[in-house]
Amino acid sequence: MLIGVLALQGDFREHIWALQRLGVEALAVKSLSELEKVDGLIIPGGESTSIGRIAQVTGIGERIVQIAKEGLPIYGTCAGMILLAKKIVDRPNQYTFGLMDIIVQRNAYGRQIESFEVYLDVARLGKLKAVFIRAPKIVELGKDVEVLASYDNTPILVQQDNLLASSFHPELTDDLRIHEYFVKMVADRHESVR
Amino acid sequence: MIEKGTWLVKKGFAEMFKGGVIMDVTNAEQAKIAEEAGAVAVMALERVPADIRKAGGVARMASIAKIKEIMDAVSIPVMAKVRIGHIAEARILEALGVDFIDESEVLTPADDRFHINKHEFKVPFVCGARDLGEALRRIAEGAAMIRTKGEAGTGNVVEAVKHMRRVMDEIRRVQTMADEELVSYAKEIGAPVELVREVKRLGRLPVVNFAAGGIATPADAALMMMLGADGVFVGSGIFKSKEPAKMARAMVLAVTYWNDPEMLLKISEDIGEPMPGLEIGTLEVHMQERGW
Repeated sequence: MLIGVLALQGDFREHIWALQRLGVEALAVKSLSELEKVDGLIIPGGESTSIGRIAQVTGIGERIVQIAKEGLPIYGTCAGMILLAKKIVDRPNQYTFGLMDIIVQRNAYGRQIESFEVYLDVARLGKLKAVFIRAPKIVELGKDVEVLASYDNTPILVQQDNLLASSFHPELTDDLRIHEYFVKMVADRHESVR
Repeated sequence: MIEKGTWLVKKGFAEMFKGGVIMDVTNAEQAKIAEEAGAVAVMALERVPADIRKAGGVARMASIAKIKEIMDAVSIPVMAKVRIGHIAEARILEALGVDFIDESEVLTPADDRFHINKHEFKVPFVCGARDLGEALRRIAEGAAMIRTKGEAGTGNVVEAVKHMRRVMDEIRRVQTMADEELVSYAKEIGAPVELVREVKRLGRLPVVNFAAGGIATPADAALMMMLGADGVFVGSGIFKSKEPAKMARAMVLAVTYWNDPEMLLKISEDIGEPMPGLEIGTLEVHMQERGW
C-alpha cells in the first residue's frame, strides 16, 4: 500500500513524515506517472491558489478528479479542503477539483494574527489539538457529507464517502490519529479492490 | 480555550509557504498578477530593491495606503518590510494586520546594534542570514522563518548561492560534531547552544529557510532549490523583467519542478527578457552587511 502526498506546493513534507511514523510507505506526487502509483492521496496545506494553478496547468488536477470519482481515497487539509470543495464563497473563478459537496469560505477566521490552536473533542477519536492557520470555514454542506468534528458550531472535519477534509492541520502536531483514520480508509479500499 | 500567535501557529504558517514563490509587488495590479501566477504570498513595497538601490537615501517601511491597497487586492498572504530594529514600524504593521513581517536589510537599519525581539509579537517574522550563526541568532530573537540575504536588487544570484551553501555546509558540519564540541562551536558562531543542538538533532534549521536576493530567472530559482532552499523570494526579478506575468508563472513552476530538467527546459523557453544584472564588485552599497 502506497499513499501519495501532492507535492506541488505546501507542507507536504510534514504529511510524508506523519505517514512514515505510522509505518506507511509515502510518495511525494508531482507528476501524472507518480499519481498512477498511489492507493490514496493527501492534499496538503499551502496556498490553494498556487497548488490549484500548478495542478491545472500540468493536467494533474484533471486526473485527480477522475481517480477520485473511481473511488480513490483523498484527504485534504486546509488548502487541500478548499481544493476538494465544489465552490468558494466570493471567488467563483478560483480553480478547485469540485469533488465534495461543500461550500467553503477562505481565510474565514481572519488574517494570520487571528490564526490559533485549540483542543477539540472529535467523535470516535477523542480530544486532540487542532491548529488553524488562515483557515477556511465550511459554510454549506450537502446531505451526503458527514460531520466528524465541529468547532464553534462549524464543521471542521468532514467525510463524503472516499473523501476526507479538515480545515486544520493535524500534520503540524505529533498526534497521528487523523492520519491513522485516513490510512484505514485507504487500507479498507485497498483490500476491497484486491 | 484558544491561543493565538503561538510559536506553533507562527512557525506552522511559514511551513505552508514551502515549495512556493513570494513576490515583491508595488501596487494592486502587480499583486493580482502575482496571485494569478500562483505566488504563495506577496511582499508589499513602495519600490522594488533595484529601485531602492538606485534611489539611495533612507529606505523606510512602505506607506500604509500602499500596503492596504495590496491587502485589499489579493486573497493570498501579504508581507511587508520594516527596518532592522524598528519596533514601532513592526507594531504598526501588526496593528494593520499584515500576515508576515520581514525585518529587512533592504531598508536602512534603524538600530545599529539590536534586532527586534520578535517573540513579543503575534505576527510572525522572517529575517535574512548569511550563515548559520546569523540564522540562529534571528531564530533566538523569535524569527519564524529565515531567508538568505543574497544581494537584493542586483539580479545576480552569486551572493544567495554563497549564503545558502554556507548555511548548508555549517549544518552538515554540526551533524558530524561530537556533543562536547557543540558549546565551543556555538560560541564561535555566536549562536545559542540549545539551537545548535536542535540543528544537530534535526539536520536542518528549526524553521523554514528560503532563498532571496538576486534571483532573476526560473533557472536561478531552481538552482536555489537544488542547494536546499525550501522556496524562494523574488524581488526585482519579476516586475523588472520585460514580461512579468510570464516570468511569474515560470518562477512558480520552476520551484515545484526544480529536479526535473525536461520540465525546466519547457518552463524556461518562453519567459521574455530577465531584469538587467549588476556585478557585485561595482556596488556602492552591500545591503547584506546590514544586520548583527
